[in-house]
Amino acid sequence: MSSYDVIIIGGGPGGLAAGIYAARAKLSTLIIEKSRVGGQAATTEEMENYPGFFQGTTGPQLTQAMYEHARHFGCQFCKDEVVDLELEGWEKVIVTKQGRYTAKAVIIATGAEPRTLGVKGEAELKGKGVSYCATCDADFFEDLEVVVVGNGDAAIEEAIYLTRFAAKVTIVVIHDEGVLDATKIIQERAFANEKIHFVWNSVLEEIKGDGIVQAVAIKNLKTGAVTELATDGVFIFVGTVPRTEFLRGKLDLDERGYIPTTELMETSVDGVYAVGDVRQKFLRQVVTAAADGAIAAVAAEKYIHEEENFRKEVLEKTKPVALMFWSPFHKESLAAVPVVEEVAAANAAKLDLVKIDTYRNQRIARRYGVEEMPALLLVKGGEVAGAVTGPMSRDSLEDLIKSI
Amino acid sequence: MLELDKENFAAEVLEAQGLVLVDFWSPKCEPCKALLPGLEELAGRYPAVKFAKLNILENRRLAIGQRVMGLPTILIYRDGEKVAELSQDFQIEDVEAKLKELSA
Ligand SMILES: Cc1cc2nc3c(=O)[nH]c(=O)nc-3n(C[C@H](O)[C@H](O)[C@H](O)COP(=O)(O)OP(=O)(O)OC[C@H]3O[C@@H](n4cnc5c(N)ncnc54)[C@H](O)[C@@H]3O)c2cc1C
Repeated sequence: MSSYDVIIIGGGPGGLAAGIYAARAKLSTLIIEKSRVGGQAATTEEMENYPGFFQGTTGPQLTQAMYEHARHFGCQFCKDEVVDLELEGWEKVIVTKQGRYTAKAVIIATGAEPRTLGVKGEAELKGKGVSYCATCDADFFEDLEVVVVGNGDAAIEEAIYLTRFAAKVTIVVIHDEGVLDATKIIQERAFANEKIHFVWNSVLEEIKGDGIVQAVAIKNLKTGAVTELATDGVFIFVGTVPRTEFLRGKLDLDERGYIPTTELMETSVDGVYAVGDVRQKFLRQVVTAAADGAIAAVAAEKYIHEEENFRKEVLEKTKPVALMFWSPFHKESLAAVPVVEEVAAANAAKLDLVKIDTYRNQRIARRYGVEEMPALLLVKGGEVAGAVTGPMSRDSLEDLIKSI
Repeated sequence: MLELDKENFAAEVLEAQGLVLVDFWSPKCEPCKALLPGLEELAGRYPAVKFAKLNILENRRLAIGQRVMGLPTILIYRDGEKVAELSQDFQIEDVEAKLKELSA
């Protein structure tokens, strides 16, 4: 079983950015990717909003550069699928189809996958004209006619891309005439494109075809009328769903399956971070996935450092340790510091003093259930053996030490 | 892996005896490229199966003729008959499982 400081699950832009930052910080880092690195970003040619890259840079080019960047700093890669995690202990276990790994910190960057419409014919005709990836499949539709479902940025950009191949692209839009969710600049391009046609106020009801797509049934939501449109292909871009099924019961997910995190990308489990599209967030793009990755890697580095220190200075000590929780912004705890230091110095032969500044590190206080400050725990052989909370008097401290 | 085109498709696939695996791919399809090393490895372990690939960019009509309109797609033929099909959301393990089942 190989051990790493940091294991990153998923090699999309979020995972790659985390890999660059972690490896550059000299943490031993492994990215486990089940398919090809680059994630969703590698499935689009139209990539023109990643800062600094706009003159014809494609998704695969951008993510390939990120991949080489991560390799350059020593990040390792492995092609495998993560199927389970054991997150309870200090060493987290990552179970893949082919093996097991351990890591001190885990960064989840499994992204999202296209949402399916769930209409009749969709599953049966997938790969037979029904597609979720324009760059993969556009070549089949040279001079043919296609339908695009969806009206966000991805849908409209991919529809524009498809006009380079198809003779006609019909976009089915659920909103009123002229209303698209896509950004203005993308809307304008679509409206100006002669190959693009719109069907407003409508949804796809069925995809028809005998072994290959032949037509779609489109329902008008205003009139209820269903019309059939002959087509050779259907491209579906109606949002995404997070890839978090394998995480159920392991950490907190929201009702849609996304992972809620703090500003430091921390999940509900210590030492486990989530970045990119898999996270509950406002904007799911390459630039935000990369930013998340950078934050998580730096937070993980700090976490590993603090926890290793804590283990060495507290948990693995043979001598008892007085663990004091204080904060520079908490008056009583500030007043207690010199008293505790004095008593500890007088008893230096019997015990060590370790102070935890809860302003900088809340995690350890949370783990020990410390809610009130100042607080002092006596730790023997890694276990809590006594406690004093509230205002600290010399006597209460001496009593605690006597109990050793 | 054997490279297929409209000149050799009939002879190498439709008129061939035994199992033939055809990988439909295109240079623009990233998931297809991700599968390739795994397929080459499988080809080494299943010598009784003929492994072939078809670039759809150059052979679009041929692919559509086999009712393939999405990538990645893998079709497996036995004695020229299509007996298995994997499309889009599949992993290399799924390909091997199919091969095992069909060679049994
Ligand atoms: C068609 C399309 C066009 C887009 N256009 C743009 C654009 O122009 N600009 C922009 O900024 N953004 C764009 N986006 C959005 C952008 O691609 C995503 O926001 C970004 O890729 C998210 O990165 P990520 O690393 O969070 O996840 P992803 O890119 O989804 O990568 C996740 C990776 O994790 C792997 N994985 C998942 N589960 C496992 C597992 N269990 N074990 C191992 N590996 C696993 C997956 O194979 C995948 O490679 C577009 C998206 C689409 C679909």
